[in-house]
Amino acid sequence: MALENTEIQDKLTQNFGESVFNFQQQKDIFTFEIDADKNKAIILFLKNDPSLRFHFLTDLCGIHYPDNEVNKQFAIVYHLHNWYENKRIKIKTYINGEKPEIKTISNIFLSANWMERETFDFYGVDFIGHPQLKRILNMDEMISFPMRKEFPMEDGGRTDKDDRFFGRTIDNC
Amino acid sequence: MSELLLPPEHRYAKIIKEKLNEDGSELSILNLGPTHPATHGIFQNILLMDGERILDAEPTIGYIHRAFEKIAENRPFYQITPLTDRMNYCSSPINNMGWWMTVEKLLDIEVPKRAQYLRVIVMELARIADHIICNSILGVDTGAYTGFLYVFQFREKIYEIYEEICGARLTTNMGRIGGFERDWSPEAFRKLDLFLEEFPAAWKEFENLFERNRIFIDRTVNVGPISAEQAMAYGFTGPNLRAAGVDYDVRVAQPYSSYEDFDFIIPVGKSGDTYDRFCVRNAEVWESLSIIRQALAKMPEGNDYHAEVPDYYLPPKEDVYTSMESLIYHFKIVMGEVPVPVAEIYHAVEGGNGELGFYLETDGSRTPYRLHFRRPCFIYYQAYPEMIKGALLSDAIVILSSLNVIAGELDA
Repeated sequence: MALENTEIQDKLTQNFGESVFNFQQQKDIFTFEIDADKNKAIILFLKNDPSLRFHFLTDLCGIHYPDNEVNKQFAIVYHLHNWYENKRIKIKTYINGEKPEIKTISNIFLSANWMERETFDFYGVDFIGHPQLKRILNMDEMISFPMRKEFPMEDGGRTDKDDRFFGRTIDNC
Repeated sequence: MSELLLPPEHRYAKIIKEKLNEDGSELSILNLGPTHPATHGIFQNILLMDGERILDAEPTIGYIHRAFEKIAENRPFYQITPLTDRMNYCSSPINNMGWWMTVEKLLDIEVPKRAQYLRVIVMELARIADHIICNSILGVDTGAYTGFLYVFQFREKIYEIYEEICGARLTTNMGRIGGFERDWSPEAFRKLDLFLEEFPAAWKEFENLFERNRIFIDRTVNVGPISAEQAMAYGFTGPNLRAAGVDYDVRVAQPYSSYEDFDFIIPVGKSGDTYDRFCVRNAEVWESLSIIRQALAKMPEGNDYHAEVPDYYLPPKEDVYTSMESLIYHFKIVMGEVPVPVAEIYHAVEGGNGELGFYLETDGSRTPYRLHFRRPCFIYYQAYPEMIKGALLSDAIVILSSLNVIAGELDA
C-alpha cells in the first residue's frame, strides 16, 4: 500500500498543527511548507515515524528572494525520500533575510553536513548547532555570499558585452 | 617573515605535540594532494599519520569550483547543457539528458518513444564509459596497468559513437528540448553494433584479469568497507550504495525515459568494500549492454527523434532561410523568448555515480530562478575521512579511486 499524501498531511497536522501548511502536489512531488523554528522536530518526526519513514535526505539547498518581505527572504528546501514506499517529499521553509539562521539537521542526517556547509558558503545561512560551519567550495578569506541575488555574476564594468541585446535585462535574468 | 604571513597552526599540529608514542615515535602530517598523480583530480586531504596508518583526515574541496549554479541563473535553458557536461565529464550524456528531462518535465513535453529509446542507449553507453574508467583506473592504482590500456580503447569507441551522434566527444552538449538535434546516422548504428560485438569479449577478459587475481583481492577485499546504514546516512547512491547491499536505483524506483520497458537486474554487493564496488560496476556494465541490446531490438519504426514542440525546438536550418515562420521561431528560441511556466521541479536520473538530481525553480523568465544540482559525488565524498581512518596510505588511494569521485562533479 503506497503512502498517500493525505496520510502524511494528517499525521503532520495532528502533531504540529499550524506549523505545517500549504500542502500541494507539484508535478510528481508532494510538497509543503513548515515554520523554520520547527524544522528539526518535523524532519526528525518524518524520519522516525514508523509509517512515514522518510529515512533518506536527497537534497538540501538554499534560495534567495530579495524581493520578499524581510521574514521570507531566504528559503531552505529539503528533499526527503522514503525508499520503502518510494515516496518523495519536498519541504520548504522561509527564513529571515537580515539574520538568516535555522537549526542544523546534520545530527539527523550525516549527509546534511556538507550540504549545509555549501548553503552557508553561498547564502550565508547560519545553521545553528552545525559541528563545523565553514566555507566549503569558496576560499576561506571570501567575505561575500556569491549566490545571493545582489552578487553580480560578472564584472559590471565590462563594455564588450551589452546584455540589452540578448534580453538579459535586470528584470529578466 | 612576519608572523602575520604565517598560516595558523593546523589542529593536527597540536595533537602531534600532545601525543607521543610509547616507543618515542611521533605522529606526522601528510598532505595528500591537491595535485597528486594518484588522486585523478584535484583533491587535497590533510592526513594525520601514525607511521603508515591514517588516524584522521581532513578533505579540502573546491579547487575547480566554477560557480555553475550562479552561471545557470543567468543563462537560458539551452546554454545550461554545456555546464552539465562539465560536472561528471566521464559520462556527460547522462547529465545532458537529465537536464533535458528536467526541462521537459517543467514544460510538460512528451518525447516520442523512439527518441526515448535513443536516449536510453546513449545514457547506457555513457554509464559503460564511466565504469570503464573507474574500474580500469582502480586496476592502475593497484599496480595492474594492462587492463586499463586494454579496455580504454573501447571508451574510445564509445566516444566515436558520441561523435557520430552529436559531433563532440568528451563534453557532448547532446540533445535538445524534446529529443535530439538530428537523427542518428546509419554510421552511428553501425559503430554501435560493432561495439556490442567486440566489447563483451574484452570486458570478460578484463574481469578475468581482476576478479580472482590474488594481488587484487588482497589489495581490495575489506579495504574501505561501509555498512548499508552508514552509507544511507551519508547519502550514498549509485554503485557505491549498491555495493553495500541496498538495491536503490533511480532507473527502477522512478523510471524515466521508458526504462520500465527493459528487463535488467540491479547488481548488489554485500560488504561495501572496494572489491564489492569493483564487482558491482563490472556487473552493471553487463546490464547496460543488455539494456542497449533490448532498446535496439524494441526500437519503434520510423524516424522520430524529437517531439513536435516548435516553441522550444529549433526549426530545420534550411527552413529558417526560406520561411518566415521558421525564422521567427528560430529567432525567438535563440534569444530565449519562449514561454516558461512558473514552477518548482525536481528530477533525478541515475548518473554514473548515483542519483543526479536537478532542482529547478522558475519565475517565468528566460532563465532559471534557481537551479541546484544534486551531485552524488559531493554528497558521498564527505564519508571519505571516515572510510580511510585506520587504513594504510596506499589503501586511501585505492578507496578514493573505487568511490569514483570526479572532481568536476564534486566542485560544480
